[in-house]
Amino acid sequence: MNETRFLTLILVFAPLSLLSFGGGQAIVADMQHQVVDVRHWLSGPQFADLFALSRAAPGPSTLIAALIGWQVAGFMGAVVATLAIYIPSSFVVYGAVRWWHASKDSPWRGALARGLIPVAVGLVFAGALAVLEAAHVNALQLVTTALVTGLLVFSRVGIYAIMAVTALVYALLEFL
Amino acid sequence: MSSEPTAHKPHVPLLDLMGVFFRVGITSFGGSTAAWLYRELVERRGWMDEEHFLTALTLAQVLPGANPVNLSIYVGSQLRGGIGGAAAALGMIGPPFCVILALGYLYRQFGSSAIVHAALAGLAAVGVGMTLSIGLKLAKKVRKPIPVLIAATLFVTVGVLHWPMIPMVIVLTPASILLERFKGGKPVP
Repeated sequence: MNETRFLTLILVFAPLSLLSFGGGQAIVADMQHQVVDVRHWLSGPQFADLFALSRAAPGPSTLIAALIGWQVAGFMGAVVATLAIYIPSSFVVYGAVRWWHASKDSPWRGALARGLIPVAVGLVFAGALAVLEAAHVNALQLVTTALVTGLLVFSRVGIYAIMAVTALVYALLEFL
Repeated sequence: MSSEPTAHKPHVPLLDLMGVFFRVGITSFGGSTAAWLYRELVERRGWMDEEHFLTALTLAQVLPGANPVNLSIYVGSQLRGGIGGAAAALGMIGPPFCVILALGYLYRQFGSSAIVHAALAGLAAVGVGMTLSIGLKLAKKVRKPIPVLIAATLFVTVGVLHWPMIPMVIVLTPASILLERFKGGKPVP
């Protein structure tokens, strides 16, 4: 029983690992689609909650895979999902780094570095939209997102401070 | 600043290597990893020079995988080969993995509380803001019409229309790289 679940987790996360150009943000859209719409492991709002946890915690946002794996198949599910999301991309990176240093004069180096950027940009924005949709956001959240984006782009305010203040304000608003 | 040319590689014990990434992994998040690693690897320990670090950062960003993990693999494998890459990545992922499971446990206990749910809704909005700010910083490097078109196509098809991502990426990624390859441009250090 659990073996099939482990296998399904690997089948979901390993391909995403290879496609996460630009980091975990790039695959949030497809992950949300797979986990919520295709496999029905989580509801949209639950997915948004786990996304929030993974962004509030230290470490890469791809660790959301650990939370999903845990939800699906317990602690070992978390381990399997985490390995599935990191190992395939890690081998690609290891190979690419070796190739990079072995081919100092190759014109493909610049082409690779520049050519992957538009792909990453498109996927990162798609990921942001997917979370907004999954979370069924309200006007307040949209304003928060816009404000935080502005702060992060134009100021040097620390992300810890932003998170603490936001969580506090939202909790207080709920309390009142 | 005090960077030496890394013609000779410094000898770095595996445990030291893992220790540095372990410390950075547990203290940094939300894109600050690169800044911490820069301080540890370039400024404090002199394991890499600045230019080398910037190359590592660019590759870590554009290749698939989480940037901090990719950076660990790059640095670890440069200093100690494949085993070094694995040790650095493990150091980087281990502590956050434990933290996120602890948070997941708390979420199971208290996730049904309205106040917790409200705070998480706020944090999700912050998380999307973090994602957007990363996207905007990357987007500054996309200026020419065809790369902009490639980025926009991916956003609209995958994000708005919910087309499956895998075929879109498999088609557009080689197209984008080939385009950069054959229109010529400045070489990357």
